[in-house]
Amino acid sequence: MNPFSYVRPNSLKAAIEAMARDHSARFIAGGTNLLDLMKNGVALPEKLIDINQLPLREIRQDGNTLHIGALVLNSDLAAHDLVKTQHPLLSEALLAGASQQLRNMATVGGNMMQRTRCSYFYDTSMPCNKRQPNSGCGATGGINRMHAIFGASDNCIAVHPSDMCVALAALDATVLVAGPKGERRIPFTDFHRLPGNTPQLDNNLAKNELITAVEIPPHPFTKHTCYLKVRDRASYAFALVSVAVAMDISDNVIRNVRIAMGGVAHKPWRLPDAEKALTGKTPTSDNFRLAANIAIQGAKTYAHNGFKKELAFNSIQTALLKAATA
Amino acid sequence: MPQGNKPSSVPPKKDKQEARRDFLKQSSAVMALALAPPLVLKAAQHDEAIAAVFEKMPVSLEINGKKMQLSVEPRVTLLDLLREQLALTGTKKGCDHGQCGACTVHVNGQRINSCLTLAVMQEGKKITTIEGLSNGDQLHPVQEAFIRHDGFQCGYCTPGQIMSAVACLNEGHAGSPEQIREFMSGNICRCGAYDNIVNAIMDVKNGGQTA
Repeated sequence: MNPFSYVRPNSLKAAIEAMARDHSARFIAGGTNLLDLMKNGVALPEKLIDINQLPLREIRQDGNTLHIGALVLNSDLAAHDLVKTQHPLLSEALLAGASQQLRNMATVGGNMMQRTRCSYFYDTSMPCNKRQPNSGCGATGGINRMHAIFGASDNCIAVHPSDMCVALAALDATVLVAGPKGERRIPFTDFHRLPGNTPQLDNNLAKNELITAVEIPPHPFTKHTCYLKVRDRASYAFALVSVAVAMDISDNVIRNVRIAMGGVAHKPWRLPDAEKALTGKTPTSDNFRLAANIAIQGAKTYAHNGFKKELAFNSIQTALLKAATA
Repeated sequence: MPQGNKPSSVPPKKDKQEARRDFLKQSSAVMALALAPPLVLKAAQHDEAIAAVFEKMPVSLEINGKKMQLSVEPRVTLLDLLREQLALTGTKKGCDHGQCGACTVHVNGQRINSCLTLAVMQEGKKITTIEGLSNGDQLHPVQEAFIRHDGFQCGYCTPGQIMSAVACLNEGHAGSPEQIREFMSGNICRCGAYDNIVNAIMDVKNGGQTA
C-alpha cells in the first residue's frame, strides 16, 4: 500500500474541514472497499480521514421516518428490530450482500460509496475511463459478462455492486449529506449517477461532502417483499441480476408497488414503467409477465452479457411472484 | 507487501519521528504543533490522532487478553500487525483482499477480515485471534469438533474457519446446515472440506453429542 497520513477527527465539522484542506484525502469508515482499492493501486489517497469517532451510529425513529446513521454497520442494520419489522426488504438485501465478516465492518455510507467491481477498473494496466478519464473502456470490447444492460454509455458499462442500495432505491430513501456549506438532502434515486461522459463520477456527492444518514419514509410494504439475487455461486458473490420488490396488496389488487434492480446498471435501476403497469392490477403471473416485458425494453447487451436480458425478464417475474405470495 | 519497512528511496526522518513518538506517548498536542507542517498544524487543533506519512503512531490494543501499547505506521493492516510485528502467525494471509476469510479474527467479539482494516483504526479494541481461543492446553469446543470431524485438509484456511465458526455460533446463525453454509460463506476452503466443517459446527451447536 502506498503511504498516507492519517487523521481521526472527533467531530463532523473537523472531518469536513480536514477534507477541505486536502483534496487528495479520502474518508475511511469500514475500509472494506477503500483498502482493497489502495492495495491494488486504484485509489492512491495521500491522507485518510478516519470518521469512526463521529456520532453517526444511531438508528432511530423520527416520527414515521426511520433515521439510519451513516456509520451503522451493515450487519447491525440487517438485524435491527425496526428494520426487520418496518423494512424487511432492506434486511433481506443487506444479508444477500458480502459475508458476515464484511457486513461487520461495512457501513451504510461506505456501502453507498463503494466502487464498481469491473475488472478493467481494478486492473491498472488496462484502460478505464472511470479510473483514468479519457483512457478508454476495456470492457466494451473486452470480457463484459458482468456488465450493464441499462443506462450505460460508450465510455463505461460498469455496474454498481451494492445490494443494500437496490433496496433503498426501491424504498424511496433520502440521503443526508453534510459539507462546508451545511447540510442537504438527496433523493436516493438521484444519489448515484449514470456514466454518460463522466464515468469517473459514481454519484452526486461533492468532494468535500460526507454522508451523515439515510432516511426511509413510512410505507405499507411490510408483508409483500422480496429481494432476489442471482449470482454465480449460492452465496458471497456479486449479483449478475438482482431484483427488489415491495408491494401493497389488498382485496387481491396491487395498490402500490416498487421494483428496482441491481447488477444491471451504473446505479440501482428503478423500474417506474413496470410499477405503473402493475398498479391497480391483480397480482397474477400474466400481469407480472407483462410488467417484466416492459422492464426489459431498452436493454442493450454486449458480447458476453446477452443472457442478462432474459435473466432479468425471468428474475423480475419470480421476485414479483415471491413477494405477492409472501 | 513490505509494510512497516521504509522504501530505500525515502530517507529516514529519525530525529523528528522519535521526538514525535515520545510526545505522542504523553498524549500532548502542544509539541505536535511545533513540529508539524502548517497544514497539519491546523488539523491538529481538531483531530484526536494524527500521523504523517511513514510516521508511526501509538495504538493501544488488547490482544488475546493482553493489553499492548504498540507503535505502527497508519498503512499497516491489523493482519500485518498481528503476523509481522507480534508473530501471531496463526491468522493467515490468503487473498489479502477480503475474499477468502483466512484472516478472520474477532474484534470486540465480532468477526471481521483483519486484512481490510488498519491497525490504527482499532484503537482501544479487544482482538481475539486463533492463538487466544484455547484455554491453555484445553482446546475450544469448536477446535475439538474440527479435529473430530476432519474439518480440514491442508489447514491453511482453518484458523479463519474456526474463528468464523465460533462467531457464527455466538451470533445464533448456526440453526441449520443451510444457515451455517450461508453464514460461513465468507470463508473459502480450496480443499473442499465444507461438509465436515458444517458437521463440526452442527456438532457444537448440538452440544457435541452427534460426533
